[in-house]
Amino acid sequence: MRIKKTFILGLVASLGFANLGLAPSALAAGEAVKLKDIEFSFEGPFGTFDRAAAQRGFQVYREICSSCHSAQYFAFRNLEGIGYSEEMAKAIAAEYQITDGPDDFGDMFERPGKLSDRMPAPFPNQNAARAANGGAYPPDLSVIVKARPGGADYLYSLLTGYEEPPADIELAPGQYYNAYMAGHKIAMPQPLYDDMVGYADGTEATVEQMAKDVTVFLAWLAEPSMEQRKSIGFSFMIFMSIFVVLLYLTNRRIWRPIKKGAMPWVGKDEKA
Amino acid sequence: MSTGSFKPKNGALRWFDDRLPILSLVHGSLGAGYPAPRNLNYFWNFGSLAGLCLVIQIATGIVLAMHYTPTVAGAFNSVEHIMRDVNYGWLLRYIHANGASMFFIVVFIHIFRGLYYGSYKAPREVLWMLGVVILLLMMATAFMGYVLPWGQMSFWGATVITNLFSAIPLVGDQIVTFLWGGFSVDEPTLQRFFSLHYLLPFVIVGVVILHIWALHLPGSNNPLGIDVKGPQDQVPFHPYYTAKDALGVGVFLIFFGLFVFYMPNSLGHPDNYIPADPMVTPAHIVPEWYFLPFYAILRAVPDKLGGVLLMFAAVGLLFFLPWLDTSKIRSAIFRPAYKMFFWLLVVDCVVLGVVGAYPPEGAWILIGQLATAYYFAHFLLILPILGKVEKTKPLPQSIAQAVLGDKAGAKPAAQPAE
Ligand code: HEC
Ligand code: HEM
Repeated sequence: MRIKKTFILGLVASLGFANLGLAPSALAAGEAVKLKDIEFSFEGPFGTFDRAAAQRGFQVYREICSSCHSAQYFAFRNLEGIGYSEEMAKAIAAEYQITDGPDDFGDMFERPGKLSDRMPAPFPNQNAARAANGGAYPPDLSVIVKARPGGADYLYSLLTGYEEPPADIELAPGQYYNAYMAGHKIAMPQPLYDDMVGYADGTEATVEQMAKDVTVFLAWLAEPSMEQRKSIGFSFMIFMSIFVVLLYLTNRRIWRPIKKGAMPWVGKDEKA
Repeated sequence: MSTGSFKPKNGALRWFDDRLPILSLVHGSLGAGYPAPRNLNYFWNFGSLAGLCLVIQIATGIVLAMHYTPTVAGAFNSVEHIMRDVNYGWLLRYIHANGASMFFIVVFIHIFRGLYYGSYKAPREVLWMLGVVILLLMMATAFMGYVLPWGQMSFWGATVITNLFSAIPLVGDQIVTFLWGGFSVDEPTLQRFFSLHYLLPFVIVGVVILHIWALHLPGSNNPLGIDVKGPQDQVPFHPYYTAKDALGVGVFLIFFGLFVFYMPNSLGHPDNYIPADPMVTPAHIVPEWYFLPFYAILRAVPDKLGGVLLMFAAVGLLFFLPWLDTSKIRSAIFRPAYKMFFWLLVVDCVVLGVVGAYPPEGAWILIGQLATAYYFAHFLLILPILGKVEKTKPLPQSIAQAVLGDKAGAKPAAQPAE
């Protein structure tokens, strides 16, 4: 018995250790800068996306970020996921011009966006994006929250992390100092300044507020199925917990006579 | 025990079983007709859990493959398409991606169980060696699967690992070109990896069948490591171990579910959500966690060829374990010295895993080399000598005697239950 316990404890401990071992590998890429820890409503096992914040974040994305960054997996129909009605999503889509075709004459043409369309990218290709940004490529933002260690906290920290560079740091032209970027040098100029957008719901558009809102939007965009995942997970856990208790009781009952030395199966063959 | 004499009660089934005795086969291998030692503890659950993992990987993988595109231009997009547009695609993918980690957790525990209780010793050597074959096939399968989403770690992991083969003298470069199907990791590499990633799990199924066949001749080992002496030492597999295995499955699925539903990306690397870019090398290329100990051994040697050989030797060594361990006593319960060395080996493997996660700089290099040396010393020095010199504890007379004590004496072997 004692051996069994040590074995279990040992394995648990080694798994824990192995986990410690994992952490640095994930952190290594971003260097060990402590990120700002923001309380987002989508954190935790029951977390959901704050629809109002996500809609404000969409506005920030549309009016600011989308002039440099694409979000190629973002279709207008997805807007219903952050609380827009179908009509509103249709209206937003229609504000964009989408290249379609070829038509019956073989020509491409422009038409207003539909729900099934994806958000158009600001540049036709990577080279054009680099050319317009001093050689740096503004990455696609669809999954950016999953693609950086620290996720949402990193994104918020980055957007609010522009500072005066320390004296010993030399910045090339087109480089900016950011406390949270790996290597602290970033080719993206500070994108957010107070009151750059006018929020329809009257929320004050401070840098922190916009950074938080656009982070909520991009966290949602990185994983639109998160709420469904957590709610299915909850049902699964409840179901499995009850099921495991039943399995435990069944198992105990089946084994009870055996532990006392009975052999109920002996002689069964002959009777059958 | 009712071996061999199985007859289905239903007439139609009996007719069928007389012509194709598949029901008898199930009865004799997983049913009441298969006797198992009565004292198996919960570490014996991990075999059936490994089987479950394999089934889960194959079931989810086949559906993923219906939506996945194995091309450089399409792979990353198709995975995001699965995540966003396929009904429950995110669930399938998270089960499959985390399922690989669960599979390795289960198999590692299964292997260390074997080490602790001496399950690799006669007459189970072939059973053990088939297990090592399964481990190798799993590693190949998981490695190629990780390439499929075509993220940064997919691409660079594939580049680093395939490049290892270039260390082979004379033909190394040709082998690498052959693996790649070209002169770098590219579309042909992705497509052949997809094809093999689909194939190998079914090869694993085949080896698992052999593994179970080899198991059923001598039957399961047990925590005491002594042979079964008679029916009083055994219970029929069904319902006793089917019930116990089912309980294990329930607990395991809760653990699995915690990852799938609440931290689905915690075991993966964020860089793999960046599409593969041959022009941008990630700051640190790290393999999946289950490869980290092997990665540490690889990097413990400054010489590339040496590192590669040592890494393969680390697994290859396990084939010879039944003969490297010279002790006739199986279970660590009766080998106090071995028990201590067993735990040192566990710690050593964890240390290797941690070392593998860090870039090879500073103290990590030395720690990695010491841990690697110890790993080999455990198998090549300690085990052969220990078996000859250690003082072991006396073995119990029989399983029933050890487990039931007086109760066993009170009930003669063939007493019916009534
Ligand atoms: C003027 C163009 C421009 C605008 C506007 C802009 N970005 Fe960027 N962004 C860039 C460029 C260029 C880079 C690449 C920086 C580099 O590689 O150094 C970048 C990089 C990033 C990164 C990746 C940083 C990393 O860890 O590698 C994130 C995240 C990001 N931008 C988010 C945003 C968000 C959110 C907005 C809107 C609030 C925004 N950007 C607006 C040009 C822009
Ligand atoms: C031994 C069993 C298996 C193991 C250990 C395994 C492992 C993996 C791993 C680690 C990945 C990468 C996950 C990610 O990060 O996205 C993957 C992806 C994939 N696997 Fe498997 N797999 C197994 C069986 C199968 C089978 C049988 C199939 C198909 C019939 C399959 C199809 C796929 C596909 C299509 C992907 C790419 C989609 C994705 O990345 O999510 N797998 N596998």
